[in-house]
Amino acid sequence: MTKVLMKGNEAVGAAAIKAGCKYFFGYPITPQNEIPEYMSREMPKAGGVYLQAESEIAAINMVYGAAGAGGRVMTTSSSPGISLKQEGISYLAGAELPCVIVNMMRGGPGLGSIQPGQADYFQATRGGGNGDYRHIVYAPASIQETVDLIMESFDVADYYRIPVMILGDGMIGQMMEAVEFKEPNKKDLPEKDWITTGTKEKREPNIVNSLYLDPEELELSNIRLEKKHNKIIENEKRVEIIDVEDADVVCVAYGTTSRIVKNAIDDLKSEGIKVGLIRPITLWPFPEEAFDKINKDCRGLLTVEMSMGQMIDDVKISSNGRWPVHFTGRSGGMVPTPSAVIDKIKEIAGGAK
Amino acid sequence: MTNLVYEKSKGLTDVELHYCPGCTHGIVHKLVAESLVELGVLGDSIGVASVGCSVLAYKYLNCDMQQAAHGRAPAVATGIKRVNPDNIVFTYQGDGDLASIGAAEIVHAAHRGEKITTIFANNAIYGMTGGQMAPTTLINQKTTTSQEGRSEEHSGKPLRISEMLATIDGAKFVERVSVDTPANVRKAKKAIKKAFQCQIEGKGFALVEVLSTCPTNWGMPPNESLQWLRDNMIPYYPLDKFRDFEEEK
Repeated sequence: MTKVLMKGNEAVGAAAIKAGCKYFFGYPITPQNEIPEYMSREMPKAGGVYLQAESEIAAINMVYGAAGAGGRVMTTSSSPGISLKQEGISYLAGAELPCVIVNMMRGGPGLGSIQPGQADYFQATRGGGNGDYRHIVYAPASIQETVDLIMESFDVADYYRIPVMILGDGMIGQMMEAVEFKEPNKKDLPEKDWITTGTKEKREPNIVNSLYLDPEELELSNIRLEKKHNKIIENEKRVEIIDVEDADVVCVAYGTTSRIVKNAIDDLKSEGIKVGLIRPITLWPFPEEAFDKINKDCRGLLTVEMSMGQMIDDVKISSNGRWPVHFTGRSGGMVPTPSAVIDKIKEIAGGAK
Repeated sequence: MTNLVYEKSKGLTDVELHYCPGCTHGIVHKLVAESLVELGVLGDSIGVASVGCSVLAYKYLNCDMQQAAHGRAPAVATGIKRVNPDNIVFTYQGDGDLASIGAAEIVHAAHRGEKITTIFANNAIYGMTGGQMAPTTLINQKTTTSQEGRSEEHSGKPLRISEMLATIDGAKFVERVSVDTPANVRKAKKAIKKAFQCQIEGKGFALVEVLSTCPTNWGMPPNESLQWLRDNMIPYYPLDKFRDFEEEK
């Protein structure tokens, strides 16, 4: 198959449709507007439904209804809009409804900026909604990877009956790269016998619900969810690991930032400083085991983010005191430069050659 | 041989209702169930329960059900209907859910002419949470958050949802009914059936506002509650048909 040059946001839409997504509910917000625009044009051609909701809150609740009715469904937004969806995401997780949610992150807090950011890490991985729940978070670093992950994520969502979030940023959404639409890994999916499509008076009613008035029942439900989460932790972690076995310094970065770090690492090779990289592709579940591959003499880890430091918490948990953990990053829609990353790496490496 | 003069609708499950003595939700549930059965759509129906006293409607109505976040039932119903347009999709919402936190969702479901049916039980108070003031609470009505009675100066005048929604073109059937007397219960049944008929014929959005009682939180016995509804609610919330698709041909 040939490659086509596509803008990230449009590639998101194209990948979703190719993955069999038939229902899209969204609301305009920069920097992801090309997704609903693309969907409004292309979804009807694919025999699906595009609907512009009155708010992000309504959009995520339309996703809830559609997922409960058995539809392969997606919504997309950017940071402040994703905040509005958090209530719905908690309900989706509680009612175990599969769906795909894309966040093209921008600077925050509040209305923030419309430039790329990575400051929704806490929200995405800790749960911005209430209660004991988790959802899968993929963090693509290129448009190709965005396409691949989206095409796979619908099956993953269906398989585990869980919301899947694609955590991109304004850079991923706005830039253009050559992409190829490959057949994704298919999962063997069970029939959805739990959806609400009408009893036809031939079976007991199906009920899509997250309410358990009896606390013992709710606890049992949460224990069941936890078992599912553990299965996801066991099977779905993804990470790219480069040269950590003999590195002086290991950088940890995801998405857009990881590309900047890769440039910095290449530049440092000529200076004889050995720098490794851990690039989490799943932010939840976080690929903790990758850190066990780092050599014990490594002088330190450097977390690089487009935030004031959020993933660094997971890096510290994963490194478990084995190495000092440092941070560099830009916030508010600013993007770190390779030279800033290089300076910080040199500082950590000290006199290493 | 004995003649069977009454039986419970097969549109209701056998689960025992949790409602307080004198609460009219049970009557409204029955009317919804009977309507779905009589229209022959029970097996194709998907109900959406909202947050409030009627949240457990998903246990009482004998059709597929989804439980929605507070106020969001019309959005959830939209998602269901857009996936399976052949299903009959309805929301069952109280006045705290629909008129307050869910005002945007109900307005825009009507605005899109969403082909769903909404049963709106208005008892002028938040029931489940313990009798707080709602947008529909009457002037001078005492609630746990308007203990001296609702004041217009502080909280404005009660919101008339049916009149408001009737201004929206996508709303093809809007009627306010009451279940305070057997005669009014029969009229309510007729309205509810027609609201489902509106959806079956694909006309657009339909809503029936049912004036209801809340003896527990109103602080009066059931019979006095019915009288209070007649004396206080009906004058402010007149029983009327505001939109009817059959009269707009």
